[in-house]
Amino acid sequence: MDVTRVIIVAVGGQGNLLASSVLGEAALLAGMPMQMSEIHGMAQRGGVVESALIFGEARSTIISDGEADLLVGFEPAETLRAVQKCNADSVVITNLAPLMPFTVNIGKGVYPDLAQLQDLIRKKTARLIAFNAAKLANEAGNPLAVNMVLLGALTQVDILPFSVDNVKEAMGRKTKQQFLESNLKAFDLGFRAAEQAG
Amino acid sequence: MHKLLTDNPGEKMLLLGNEAIARGAIEAGVAFTSTYPGTPSSEITLNFFQMSQESDLYFEYSTNEKVALEVSAAAANCGVRSMAVMKHVGLNVAADALMTLAYVGVKAGLVVLSADDPFMFSSQNEQDNRYYAKLSGLPMLEPSSVPEAMEMLPYAFDLSEQLQEPVLFRTTTRINHSSGFVTLGKIRERRTKGEFTKDPLNLVTVPAVSRNLHVKLLKNIDAARGIAESSPYNFIDGSGRLGIICNGVSYNYVSDALKDLGAADRIKVLRIGFSHPLPEALIKDFLQGCEKVLVVEEGEPYMEEAVKAFAQEAQLTVPIRGKSKELFSRLYEYDPAMVKGNIAAYFDIPWEPKTAVDASDVPAIPQRPPTLCAGCSHRATFYEVRKAAEALGVETIYPTDIGCYTLGLLPPLSAADFLICMGSSVGTAGGFSKVTDKKVIAFIGDSTFFHAGVAGLVNAVFNNHDLTLVILDNGTTAMTGHQPHPGVDMQRLNLDGYGQVSIEAVVRAVGASHVTVIKPYKVKKSIEAIKEAITHKGVSVIISQEVCALYARVLKLPKRKPFQITDRCKNRRDCMSDLACPAFYVWNERIKIDPVLCTGCALCAQICPENAISPLKKKKETV
Repeated sequence: MDVTRVIIVAVGGQGNLLASSVLGEAALLAGMPMQMSEIHGMAQRGGVVESALIFGEARSTIISDGEADLLVGFEPAETLRAVQKCNADSVVITNLAPLMPFTVNIGKGVYPDLAQLQDLIRKKTARLIAFNAAKLANEAGNPLAVNMVLLGALTQVDILPFSVDNVKEAMGRKTKQQFLESNLKAFDLGFRAAEQAG
Repeated sequence: MHKLLTDNPGEKMLLLGNEAIARGAIEAGVAFTSTYPGTPSSEITLNFFQMSQESDLYFEYSTNEKVALEVSAAAANCGVRSMAVMKHVGLNVAADALMTLAYVGVKAGLVVLSADDPFMFSSQNEQDNRYYAKLSGLPMLEPSSVPEAMEMLPYAFDLSEQLQEPVLFRTTTRINHSSGFVTLGKIRERRTKGEFTKDPLNLVTVPAVSRNLHVKLLKNIDAARGIAESSPYNFIDGSGRLGIICNGVSYNYVSDALKDLGAADRIKVLRIGFSHPLPEALIKDFLQGCEKVLVVEEGEPYMEEAVKAFAQEAQLTVPIRGKSKELFSRLYEYDPAMVKGNIAAYFDIPWEPKTAVDASDVPAIPQRPPTLCAGCSHRATFYEVRKAAEALGVETIYPTDIGCYTLGLLPPLSAADFLICMGSSVGTAGGFSKVTDKKVIAFIGDSTFFHAGVAGLVNAVFNNHDLTLVILDNGTTAMTGHQPHPGVDMQRLNLDGYGQVSIEAVVRAVGASHVTVIKPYKVKKSIEAIKEAITHKGVSVIISQEVCALYARVLKLPKRKPFQITDRCKNRRDCMSDLACPAFYVWNERIKIDPVLCTGCALCAQICPENAISPLKKKKETV
């Protein structure tokens, strides 16, 4: 089986690690080898959280620049920051709802223009799927479910060889019962958004 | 039940490296565990802490790593399997105990875990602790993967008992913070009580005893080398006339590279998992058939230098390379593409690397540096100290220490001028005060004060240094994830059976001549108190008490109302330029406060010259 490398980037508090552990659990259910690693040193203090997930027969737990097959960004500027993980064949999924870095709020930096950001990523990679995942999470009744929306989109692009059922079962195991319904709804909305993005 | 206590051999689980390590120790029957928390090791002992609350496992957060090693050393000398866990720099603190414990040895297995941090994701240096094995003469094990880390722990405890000495277990961040599938094994029975047999001629290290014990240690090193020669953790993959010697996570990058390069049939790989003493005969044998050898190891050329020495002894002239300008660096962590590129270059293997997208036309993306949280009490204290010094017109030096408050380094607080290690704030403050005419104001956290600050304070009092020590007491070890420390009221966590040490009582007992406790959210009062302390000649101590804003949420303390900026605001922006709280943002050229982030600490409201910041009338609402 080919090795598939996925990078997920997010801002601390967006639930990147939970999304990663759902994917890990889904791989376990599907009987697929998987390794992953995360850098979350100061996540609670507003920093960037990056996960690397490697599916298939590989031992490495990190992904070098240019070696990601799929980049999923929970925050648009962070997606762009991580774009050097991609090559010309990579697929990128990004949320389009910005979380302003504090440096922008205090006037030390300018947030990238969202249209230009999408153009840049589209030009450099094979495919970009971009939508407002925060809006869909709200629609699902759970503003914190941005991670589950993007999990839906990631499952739809069919780069990972496991089924929707695997992921949903993994969500049942890894997420809190009281949020499961809204999480599943968020997942479906993300799945559909990726479908519509064609 | 805690998932790591699951008694179901054969069950597959997805575990974080640190969970797998904790589980491996449980399977080995560890009964006594201790630590001082430090990234990247902290989750190992968080799991011990949790498991100790629902089983007969003993766990303690010790005052520092030296004490953590000492309590475990005693338990192991009574026949109880023990484990002391720390980050790499923690082993420096524990080194005094370690070096002579290596002479004395243990009766039951003792594993000392050192979590190294190549690239310094959350550390002040990237020292390579394999040298501690060489320095102390103790055996060292290094896993390459999460499942291997788990299965290596029972081996480590058995090895420790076989040799009757502690075993060093070295991980790197990419083991601790990687996740993988493990298959649970059997949990060995915990023996929680032991017996101490008096044997002063072997256990009390006066010179006459130690002279004999050193002989014993050297014999043990030979015995350990013999075990390393046939250890299942030193193994050879593949065959060929070209060779790679590697360890830890580098083995993963090497394996993947050889597969990608299609070179597994030409290049054999010696993976070293039992890295001290190195398996000399095995390595010499490996070198014999090789035309060219590459050593792949993050950090220092620990193996490379030894391998070259072995080659010399075996009269081999085979080229052996590792660290060099053209190949591997001693800096930072490695990655798969870099290792692949170096293997291809060294062995002349054609290879088309995947080209990363050209990001040269990507506009500058604003940084997202970690910052003190909204409502962090350290921000208030730093602001007040700066204002007090300004008011007195004194020039200051701010030695700081290790914790969240190190983030006070960034403007506008700019309250950090010097830092080397845990406790260095107060120790270095004494030196600065003696040789400069500046006012020295040192910052240290509550947990760090207990860990390594008390001795520095005693020194300052005895040697009559002229300094102010500000103890930032937020009631927890915040940086590493809110672990308790000796100053914490454990009743608040519904945990019985703990004492509590008052920082104020310690400071007064030490004899600091001016001691004040402030509540940093009371700005004016605090500034006045700090001014007094700064003016005082000799050792003055300010204890700034306010619970960590994140920990307050964990403890479910009552929430304060968030604040808003009213239309009295004249847009002077003192709040933004002096405090830079992350709850502020700019909207239509005006400062606003995000009510979700605001904790209602009221710091900004107290410094606003227009009185334009007031509590929101309504309860918190989302934006």
